[in-house]
Amino acid sequence: MSWHPKIPLHVFVFLVPGVLIYTIFSAWPLIDTLLLSLYEQDDSGARHFVGLANYNILLFDNEWSNGFWNAMWNNLKFFVIHMLVQNPISLLIAALVSNRMLKGANTYRTLIFFPTLLSVVIVGFIWQLILNPLWGVSETLLGYIGLDDYFDAWLGMEPTALITIALISVWQFVGIPLMLIYTALLGIPDELSDAAYVDGASPRRIFWKIKLPLILPTLGLVSILTFIGNFNAFDLIYSIKGGLAGPNFSTDILGTFFYRTFFGFQSSLGSPTMGATVAAMMFFVILVAVMIYFYLVQRKLQRYQL
Amino acid sequence: MFSSLFNSSKNRGNSAFIHLFLLAYTLLALFPVFLIIINAFKTRKGIFNDPLALPTSATFSTKGFEKVMANSDFFHYFSNSLIITLGALFFILLLGAMIAWALSEYKFFGSSFMRFFMAIGIIVPIRLGSVSILETIVSLDLVNTKTALILVYIAQGLPMAVFILSEFMAQIPKELKEAARCDDVSEYKIFFQIILPLTRPAIATVAVFSIIPIWNDLWFPLILAPGEEARTVTLGVQQFIGQYVTDWNSVLASLTLAVVPVLILYMIFSKHIIRGLTAGAVK
Repeated sequence: MSWHPKIPLHVFVFLVPGVLIYTIFSAWPLIDTLLLSLYEQDDSGARHFVGLANYNILLFDNEWSNGFWNAMWNNLKFFVIHMLVQNPISLLIAALVSNRMLKGANTYRTLIFFPTLLSVVIVGFIWQLILNPLWGVSETLLGYIGLDDYFDAWLGMEPTALITIALISVWQFVGIPLMLIYTALLGIPDELSDAAYVDGASPRRIFWKIKLPLILPTLGLVSILTFIGNFNAFDLIYSIKGGLAGPNFSTDILGTFFYRTFFGFQSSLGSPTMGATVAAMMFFVILVAVMIYFYLVQRKLQRYQL
Repeated sequence: MFSSLFNSSKNRGNSAFIHLFLLAYTLLALFPVFLIIINAFKTRKGIFNDPLALPTSATFSTKGFEKVMANSDFFHYFSNSLIITLGALFFILLLGAMIAWALSEYKFFGSSFMRFFMAIGIIVPIRLGSVSILETIVSLDLVNTKTALILVYIAQGLPMAVFILSEFMAQIPKELKEAARCDDVSEYKIFFQIILPLTRPAIATVAVFSIIPIWNDLWFPLILAPGEEARTVTLGVQQFIGQYVTDWNSVLASLTLAVVPVLILYMIFSKHIIRGLTAGAVK
């Protein structure tokens, strides 16, 4: 081996092609982005080192910080809606379909998972049509249960647009946590719940007292995956609302803010260095969340494992 | 033993309630797609007068489809997506299996660092490096090419592939490879002729995990290949619908064209897909 005698040639051959592509197109760009956030680009395209000045602008200069904090806050709401709606629904459905005595459990699981496979772009357009007051489908459907008076152009109104889009995202992605939780539930040995059943515990009690504590690590994993997915989301909002994330930036999240900063929109030009700074901030947010996750999993959740 | 739970008369009502809930949720999951498809086959009048009705002889129309076929390069985009997805998938599986084998079989200087280095890619979204990725693609003169997207998707898919495959390879019985080594079979032959065929079940799982995000991605096509030449079906549909937003026939038809292939593939492969996704469940 050229640089280290301890690596045999065949190991080198197995590693190099993949690691090279991964390094050039994933690992290095990430490091390079973090470095680039420390530079400023002038009109001629030359770059100068400016230290943390870009972060100072992004976080404290009103021209930038208002947009950034708005996107950050919206992103947090987006995440909280997923945690409060998507993951509990997934848990409930997984608990129901993991009972092998339930007829048709596999069919339910297969059908409920289907929307996950669709492109977010398609899902965005489908719901745009369905929620369009012009078409009136939603109003008619709500009319069947007497709620038509509550219908409004939810996607177009500032207070409801973000919640509506988050719920559309929930509708699409319920299948992923569902599968993870379902797999974890199946992994619990039958003997445990059978023993509890013999002792007279109700199925509900068995679920809360035995199964739920055992799948806590999976629920932790689902939470961190939801967080990473949400703080990296872009497609759905872009396809429903475009890069401007209207109305009045009320659906702007970090992904769309990053896109506008990097590429520009309407009259303002994009900036690679400010774009890199936004991406670096997203990286740090995800990093903190991942560190909290590992801390909690290592310290707290492992105790419950068999 | 658990059957008694559901067969006892006390629990029969409970079970009916469970079915009702699951049925209602299934309806919620499928109805939007169903609604789009039935309305794609209607006249404009039919779409607006009674959106919830199936197409009748009076309202049946394929005008939307004719328009979409005439106006857009749907098949061009479709074949682009197919080439990009399958191309990236092939290399994710091959190169991923090679790295996974190197990491799970051989102990060498830096192997634990390498494991950590690959794991970063599972946690940190590749999109965050987009600014730099675009600069690299520009300097390689690969903007608006399928190659650019394939390379980026390989980099995106490898970490997860390595993770799943190396977990699986670690469980392959030692005797198999030791016997081969005694017979002086080369390490390459051991990998390609013994290990790779044994890894097939895990490769199916990785394939499911890799295909979906690549096929459906909007971000990288938008940034690296927005031009006509390498445009994917996801980006194509996004732009096409953006232009024809008031032409409901065309919008519904193009949505249907984008959904139906996925629907058909899912009907054929759902068993494998679900099995791949729940591969961790050992029972």
